[in-house]
Amino acid sequence: MAGLAAKPENKAAAPLPSWPDEVYRVLKEAGVKQVGMVPDAGHSRLIRAFEADPETRLVTLTTEEEGVAMLAGAWLGGQRGVLLLQSSGVGNCINMLSLPAICHMPLLMLVTMRGDWGEFNPWQIPMGQGTQAALESMGVIVTRADEPDLVAQTVWGAANLAFNTWRPTAVLIGQRVLGAKNFKELARK
Amino acid sequence: MTNPNALLHRRDVVVELLRERGELLVIAGLGAPNWDVSAAGDNPNNFPLWGAMGAASMMGLGLALAQPKRKVLVITGDGEMLMSLGALATIAVEKPPNLTIAVLDNERFGETGMQKTHTAGGVDLAGMALAAGIRTSRIVRTAEEVTAIRDLAHQGKGPVFALIKISPEALPFVMPPADGVILTTRFRQSVLGDEALYN
Repeated sequence: MAGLAAKPENKAAAPLPSWPDEVYRVLKEAGVKQVGMVPDAGHSRLIRAFEADPETRLVTLTTEEEGVAMLAGAWLGGQRGVLLLQSSGVGNCINMLSLPAICHMPLLMLVTMRGDWGEFNPWQIPMGQGTQAALESMGVIVTRADEPDLVAQTVWGAANLAFNTWRPTAVLIGQRVLGAKNFKELARK
Repeated sequence: MTNPNALLHRRDVVVELLRERGELLVIAGLGAPNWDVSAAGDNPNNFPLWGAMGAASMMGLGLALAQPKRKVLVITGDGEMLMSLGALATIAVEKPPNLTIAVLDNERFGETGMQKTHTAGGVDLAGMALAAGIRTSRIVRTAEEVTAIRDLAHQGKGPVFALIKISPEALPFVMPPADGVILTTRFRQSVLGDEALYN
């Protein structure tokens, strides 16, 4: 039975991705003090950087909309923050996004994508394909980064937009950057 | 003689919680808690929610972390708290000493026709907060117990959770400004000073 062609491999060994370190520097320069997150593998290196940072409060959430509300409270108290989440968590945030929209509060969301490039799990498709439209339907300004070299500058742009114009923004970090998971392939090995 | 079994009246409770409020910062959940807090006196240090159900306690956490020297009091309803039960776990783990959550529990969804909430069916929100790890968690039924919560909120020995059983009464609306930008800007200006207007 003919399967799909194997994903072309890079000839050289892939270097460790450095974009999370660059994103960490951008967020520090932007003055981020509170980080709310529901973990995702794609954010793990950035999360480790914040875990090691005594100047930043890293808060693990039970669901992503908690972070939208927490960062609204942080803004009322004069602190900037960032919300780290996976695309599936965007759906959890919808009504809570009323808060930054109606109050003109900054919100910076860094969304690691599932259900797009190279996805193997069909259950990730509905929310992954709906992520950008869902955010935009609630007034969030969305930009995408689909190359590792573009992530930090895209985050820089979204952070400036959020904190200088008091609007909710999201950066969607594509699976081309993160690498598509394939548990089926792993299961065969 | 007052009836010792009589339920507390929500606006009396809120007036007592906010007595001599000083520098206290207040987040009010949507619906009746918003009107109750406003009835006690509109104040730039109030952030009364008109929507975003489930936001109140987590806004309180973000504010308490950002302003560790100020005391933060969240006043919300049982329906609003039930929508964000996970926040009890998050707040318990973060342990903000300057955060008190006071839930006005009439066991009803008051804005939508007084339908019963889960607390009417026996769900114990104070027990859930305690089990999450908020060690000071009480069910409050008397004026004296309300005063004790008021004092705890002002002392900053939290986090504190109080489930305050109140009468399911519908009261006249007392509304604060509805515009989110006005509420946000005046709160930030009050807490952060005029500098907040420039960045």
